Amino acid sequence: MRIAVVATCLGDAMFPQAPIATVQLLERLGHEVVFPADQTCCGQMHVNTGYLDTALPVVRHHVEVFGRALDDGVDAIVAPSGSCVGCVRHQHAMVARRAGDEGLATAAEQGAARTYELSELLVDVLGVTDVGAYYPHRVTYHPTCHSLRMLRVGDKPLQLLRQVRGLQLVELPDAEVCCGFGGTFAVKNAETSTAMLADKMANVLTSRAEVCTAGDSSCLMHIGGGLSRLRSGVRTVHLAEILASTDRGDATADVIFEEASR
Amino acid sequence: MTTDLGMPTVASDPHGHLRGTESFPEAAHRALADTQLRRNLGHATRTIRAKRAAVVGEVDDWEELRRAGETIKADTMARLPELLVQLEEQVTARGGVVHWARDAEEANRIVVDLVRGTGADEVVKVKSMATQETGLNEALEAAGVAAFETDLAELIVQLSHDRPSHFLVPAIHRNRAEIREIFLREMPDVDPSLTDEPRRLAMAARAHLRRKFLTARVGISGVNFAVAESGTLSVVESEGNGRMCLTLPDTLITVMGVEKVVPTWRDLEVFLQLLPRSSTGERMNPYTSTWTGVTPGDGPQTFHLVLLDNGRSNVLASPDGRQALHCIRCSACLNVCPVYERTGGHAYGSIYPGPIGAVLSPQLTGISGPDDVNASLPYASSLCGACFDACPVRIDIPHLLVQQRAAAIDAHTRPTAQDATMRAMALAMTTPARFRLAERALGLGRVLAGRKQRITALPWPMSGWTNARDLPAPPPETFRQWWSRTHGEDA
Amino acid sequence: MNAREAGDAAQRSSTREIVLARLRSAREAGNPATPVVVTREFATRGRLAPGTAEVLDRLDETLTDYKATVHRVGSEAEVARAVLKVLVDAAAAAVVVPPGLPGAWLDGFDGKVRRDGPPLSVVDLDTTDAVVTAAAVAIADTGTFVLAAAAPDQGRRAITLVPDHHVCVIRAADVVCSVPEAVARLDPSSPLTFVSGPSATSDIELDRVEGVHGPRRLDVVLVGP
Repeated sequence: MRIAVVATCLGDAMFPQAPIATVQLLERLGHEVVFPADQTCCGQMHVNTGYLDTALPVVRHHVEVFGRALDDGVDAIVAPSGSCVGCVRHQHAMVARRAGDEGLATAAEQGAARTYELSELLVDVLGVTDVGAYYPHRVTYHPTCHSLRMLRVGDKPLQLLRQVRGLQLVELPDAEVCCGFGGTFAVKNAETSTAMLADKMANVLTSRAEVCTAGDSSCLMHIGGGLSRLRSGVRTVHLAEILASTDRGDATADVIFEEASR
Repeated sequence: MTTDLGMPTVASDPHGHLRGTESFPEAAHRALADTQLRRNLGHATRTIRAKRAAVVGEVDDWEELRRAGETIKADTMARLPELLVQLEEQVTARGGVVHWARDAEEANRIVVDLVRGTGADEVVKVKSMATQETGLNEALEAAGVAAFETDLAELIVQLSHDRPSHFLVPAIHRNRAEIREIFLREMPDVDPSLTDEPRRLAMAARAHLRRKFLTARVGISGVNFAVAESGTLSVVESEGNGRMCLTLPDTLITVMGVEKVVPTWRDLEVFLQLLPRSSTGERMNPYTSTWTGVTPGDGPQTFHLVLLDNGRSNVLASPDGRQALHCIRCSACLNVCPVYERTGGHAYGSIYPGPIGAVLSPQLTGISGPDDVNASLPYASSLCGACFDACPVRIDIPHLLVQQRAAAIDAHTRPTAQDATMRAMALAMTTPARFRLAERALGLGRVLAGRKQRITALPWPMSGWTNARDLPAPPPETFRQWWSRTHGEDA
Repeated sequence: MNAREAGDAAQRSSTREIVLARLRSAREAGNPATPVVVTREFATRGRLAPGTAEVLDRLDETLTDYKATVHRVGSEAEVARAVLKVLVDAAAAAVVVPPGLPGAWLDGFDGKVRRDGPPLSVVDLDTTDAVVTAAAVAIADTGTFVLAAAAPDQGRRAITLVPDHHVCVIRAADVVCSVPEAVARLDPSSPLTFVSGPSATSDIELDRVEGVHGPRRLDVVLVGP
């Protein structure tokens, strides 16, 4: 299959591990991955902060870039992010319609129909749950709100994690409660966000996991940022990185990282 | 006993209690510092969530019922004026008198005049959001009429000169020990050996209000559902205080928001399943009363119905926003909301708290500008979506939150710093060359992060982030640089 | 009508027109492009057939779950004995009954029976220990029975509200499984009271405790298979 990857703006600039692992995983499974280089951002931050008019050109840009990829014979579009796919699937057409651009709305819907979050692509489209990964760690999974309630990915990420050799999956208490990230919410209502984070971190620590994983780098940035501040020793790792890991080492080993940032 | 409510009244606002005095983050700051409050809320919402999940799980056709509730309400809104006229005809034909009120002030004036007309100087009240909204108790007090709240939680709020913080349980922020304290302090003739056992507390309320019920001449209520085709009104309750107020007085005055109407009697087959299970987590609440106008020989022989607009027509005019009028005030969205659970209801300012309040209040009042405290309400959410899943009538609250955020931005009378940042970012995000440039600029953050590659302090507004969380340094290589390096394509 | 009343009436009607005009224009502005289709795909009939032993068993369970005490009897002839036992156990000295309650249901009771016709005063009701009524319909799924004020064996609302103990006799033929089946059987033109267990509150820490303003004790005599 020919698959276009949405790196996501956060993944491209701040957390390249997630899109890199996505590429390596899909290539290992025998698929051809393309990276439409003109891509920037899906516009989620603008939309969710209420800048629906300002978001319109950003949405149009995304729809056009990936529309061209589909025209060029791409079979599917994948993003290692539940919230970006949520925005593409549930908000792009809304933004276009609000501006009275029915043509863009229709194009957005066509693109959205071929856009998948990583676990959806693997389980629903490619039909695999065992991706041949090896990850000898105790891991707990946090279902991010948008993957859970906007995309309804259900237990697909867990199906994938259960097949990872060496991985010990431990349950996260109150897993389905929001971690408190919420985009600009984390800054605009920082104290409430932090109170929610405190409970999420307590549950992560209760699970006795070494690693907390999720399908969104944004939520992991929030949870990981809190755990780092606590010097808890628990790491946050994107689901794609775990699935890309093999017994030949972490898939993203060829990425240049400082020791301290791992 | 005193009837001083100590409510921070907004006397000049004809809308009543739909707007607080400070923004959500400011009010939340105080609530978050109150550890007792957070414990009380955490305990109560956890209890109710488990009960709701259990009784909803018993119903095989729950999703079909939700869809029925959603579409009945949407149909109601599409025919609202006609249904209200039909309701008025039916109530009038059955001996009731119907009044219309444009806003809170007008509704209060109507009720005060009606009470005065009876010569009574006190009234008993069933918990009602509509009269909380209008601030009726203060208006009655100003006219020399004592209003006795009879719902247990509302009584607790009234006795402690507090404000309600939840639709269903206005005193959810109080635990049993605090309630005991309030009763001991404020109830005359209370047994001084009163313990904090909930059953004993309920008994104390019974004893306190018994004589009032048996002698009251005027009762005041709200409505859960008003049936247009038959003129039938209903009140859903637990304690029997509603039955007392609806049955024993000579005069009954009922205040309802216009959106409470449903087209047919049969529609109750849906709502009487959705409401109790969503609200108290019961298969059915202990008591639901229905009545139609005046029944000779049974109950109040004088009946007035006040139909309240108070901004509802503003909401109805918005094709998406009008969904907020579908709300049946079950409070399930409050109970599942991680923000509400931590801040409680007072932080929302308006008497409508929680996710539904955050989309209803700003629509009822309109947003006057960037400094309007109600402009902060739609942002009081992480958009986690738990409210939609719990809503028995499928109100798409996350979508309405985004929509009301857009309304808040539209109300910016001058560009804010945030507006400028958002525009600059959008510009970068529509021009790939500029986007790459911005990414490279971000790489400078590595200097800020220092040797530990961890950013621990940033200036305002990003200090909101770094006060509690670290930020990793930007990576030495972006994804697109990695792609170019490993896939040999120019990215 | 005096001048002031006429003025009030004029004011009322003009406010009415203003509110309705606002709502009409708002409705036009906000109406969706496609008309709303009401979907009623939920079950209108319950899992258990009305009047059967199974539906009575379920009603027994749900009533008991919400702290009503259920007494099963096989036939109407046995009602009096069950009612008598309940009243004697509760040491009830005086009971009120609606005007059309079958007299035979209180056979053997040697306390005071106050028939509510002509209507008793609130004070009379407050000094009566218990009330005995029938019910219009009962809902097994939810542990609910409905009192219809127009029915002579149920009576006006106050008589089942003021006394602290309610004894309700429910006949098998009136037991349905689900809420929709009950709603279909009811006539809303006279007052109805849906009762599910004794009076209760969830206002203290959202936990249900029984016993507030309505009757604190509820006994149900369930007649049938």
